[in-house]
Amino acid sequence: MNHPDETRGDDVHALSGAYAVNALDDVERARFEAHLLGCADCREEVAGLREAATMLGSDGAVEPPASVRDAVLAGIETIRPLPPVVNVETRSSDADAERSPATPPSRLADRRLARRLPLLVAAAVVLILGVGALVLRPWAGDDPAPTPHLTAAERVLADGDAARVAKSFPDGAQATVVVSRKEGRAVILTKKMAPAPESRVYQLWLQTPAGEMEPAGLMPDLRNATVLLDGDASRATGVGITVEPDGGSKQPTSEPIAFFTLDS
Amino acid sequence: MSHGDPAGASPAGASAGAGAPDLAALLKQAARGDRGAFAAVYDATAARVHGLVLRVVRDRAQAEEVTQEVFLEVWRQSSRFDPALGSALAWLMTIAHRKAVDRVRSADSAARRDQTYHQANQMPDHDVTAEAAQASLEARRVRAAVRDLTDVQREAIELAYFGGYTHTEVAALLDLPLGTAKTRIRDGLIRLRDTIGVGR
Repeated sequence: MNHPDETRGDDVHALSGAYAVNALDDVERARFEAHLLGCADCREEVAGLREAATMLGSDGAVEPPASVRDAVLAGIETIRPLPPVVNVETRSSDADAERSPATPPSRLADRRLARRLPLLVAAAVVLILGVGALVLRPWAGDDPAPTPHLTAAERVLADGDAARVAKSFPDGAQATVVVSRKEGRAVILTKKMAPAPESRVYQLWLQTPAGEMEPAGLMPDLRNATVLLDGDASRATGVGITVEPDGGSKQPTSEPIAFFTLDS
Repeated sequence: MSHGDPAGASPAGASAGAGAPDLAALLKQAARGDRGAFAAVYDATAARVHGLVLRVVRDRAQAEEVTQEVFLEVWRQSSRFDPALGSALAWLMTIAHRKAVDRVRSADSAARRDQTYHQANQMPDHDVTAEAAQASLEARRVRAAVRDLTDVQREAIELAYFGGYTHTEVAALLDLPLGTAKTRIRDGLIRLRDTIGVGR
């Protein structure tokens, strides 16, 4: 278990307890979740420790006011439960190729996991080696491949349940939106995007269930980029890209050049 | 964990207590849009969820907001609960704890940091009110198991779980060498798991 980051003096397995009680910071959490995907021992341990932690709360039950119950039962009227995980049609195409109705979900998940392992291991190594550098340089230059992140973006990309919606542009550019409902965040990955026109910028938007567009940040001036959208994507119904004056706008001032509809 | 273990696929009754509603089955119905089943999940767990959230968040109004968010999330995620990966109660309480911790770490957390941490630095010793007899039995078992921890393990777990502090903050609060609080938390939870018998 000798990880190269001796200065931190840790063994990633030892984070299981802190993870089980949500006592990791975002960076550690991303690192541990990447580790979890490839470590059955830790997944098992976390599950057991969560059961134990759950017992800690067995002594302090406090009935919430009836208004909370009313608000919850009214609230669910407007929220559609997520589809079960076996629904993989929004996953990347290689997962679709292997999809078979006869395959039990867990087997399918295992195979997806196995396919992702090399990438995740590579990502974890980069995470461990590059903590300082990556924090300072969230977008790593002109690297043609999406760069592993330490940030919430990494967690979104590591979420096996994340939905993916891809678009191709007539000029060959590609953009993929990845939404982790669990994390409540969305990431956009672009390839070969033409630069925005002079004095203009690509701006990202999250569409609310009410149909409003909320600003979700600006794209960096890079052909290939991986960007975490600002704002809560847990209930977003779509992601849009518009061309806006430099600095961005509070509301879209033009029709989107791309709109990604999200399955609620 | 209980992959392939038939007991693992059985409902959450084991953790929720004999006679308690079958949360796993109710969640499955909720995932299909059954509001009545979801209301039953709420009624069976709201006091426990709210007790934890209130303990972590402290502020009554904010705790009520968080409890509401928790149950909306439970409704939304209900299809994602997998009985092979743990009990329904643990799944639900994990969501509740995460939401509560997120709340105290977000913008207003600065103010909270100034408050005394001693409030968090105690296991609940208030009387169990009119909870079911089996709940107090469970609570007694838990209290006994907590007493069985070393002082440092107990304090580290309380600060992390009820205080919402990161293990790094816990180390600072307890004057532990950097990096050792996470070990205390893990060792303590393992001991609790094995003593209470929720081990998998």
